[in-house]
Amino acid sequence: MTVQVESLKSVPYFSGLSESVLSSIGKHVFEKKVERGEILILEGEPAEVLYFVVAGVVKVFKTSADGKEQIFHIIRPGESFNDVPVLSGGVNLVSAGAMGAVVLNGIKKKDLENVIKEYPQVSLNIIQVLSRRVQELVALVEDFSFRHVTGRVAKILLEYAGDGTGERPRLTQQEMAAMIGTAREMVGRSLKSLEGEGAIRMERNRIIITNQKALREIAGII
Amino acid sequence: MREMPLIDRDKCQGCGLCVSVCACGALVLVDNAVKAVDVDECRWCTLCELVCPNGAISCPFEIIIEDDRA
Repeated sequence: MTVQVESLKSVPYFSGLSESVLSSIGKHVFEKKVERGEILILEGEPAEVLYFVVAGVVKVFKTSADGKEQIFHIIRPGESFNDVPVLSGGVNLVSAGAMGAVVLNGIKKKDLENVIKEYPQVSLNIIQVLSRRVQELVALVEDFSFRHVTGRVAKILLEYAGDGTGERPRLTQQEMAAMIGTAREMVGRSLKSLEGEGAIRMERNRIIITNQKALREIAGII
Repeated sequence: MREMPLIDRDKCQGCGLCVSVCACGALVLVDNAVKAVDVDECRWCTLCELVCPNGAISCPFEIIIEDDRA
């Protein structure tokens, strides 16, 4: 089923294109509806379709050798995923799954290539999108010493831990990320890692420091 | 009443992304703004905070040292 032109207008790839061009491109774009938990693409499989989120949220993740899922990115309405492997002709670099009910627009690799050849403005838009993606990745690489981020999270937990008297301080993962200068997703991963190492225990809305000595070692505090 | 995610009504744009990812029905959209409902199933997964594009919903953690717990 071809999609509505309105849903294409908000897609950065198709920015600045006229209604008639969008209508023509729309013939190659199909709609896909998925339910919570459904996997859209699997890491390592050939990249066949580029997806844009119309409604709902998609998580982009990798699964580690021991089966743990690590979210790398959240894709919200108007954003795309799987761009790089589709454009470069490779395999999916990550997996993607629906976090709730999701509506997507998809375009097959071959159709995308034809659209790019026919409408040069789309190429320029793609360059802009990928350039922004490169900037985000450079920032991630800067943060990529995972241990370093975990150490900084450990330090924050020790600094903000309640001393048992009076009001206990509270922090969101977003606040911790801002204090450290990292992405919120990295804080989540660090907390899981600290729990795995037995330094903390997560209980609903509490972070319990179970081993101060271990946490200090991880934080690099003697 | 147990603690539920905190919603900043000034920042909430009513996009409903948090409602769509909430697996336990703790969040509902009322008059174009999100409201938290006290449900036993809320396990503080913090996905609502993760997906909000406006920083309107937050899931703060208490940080406590186990020795202090009575």
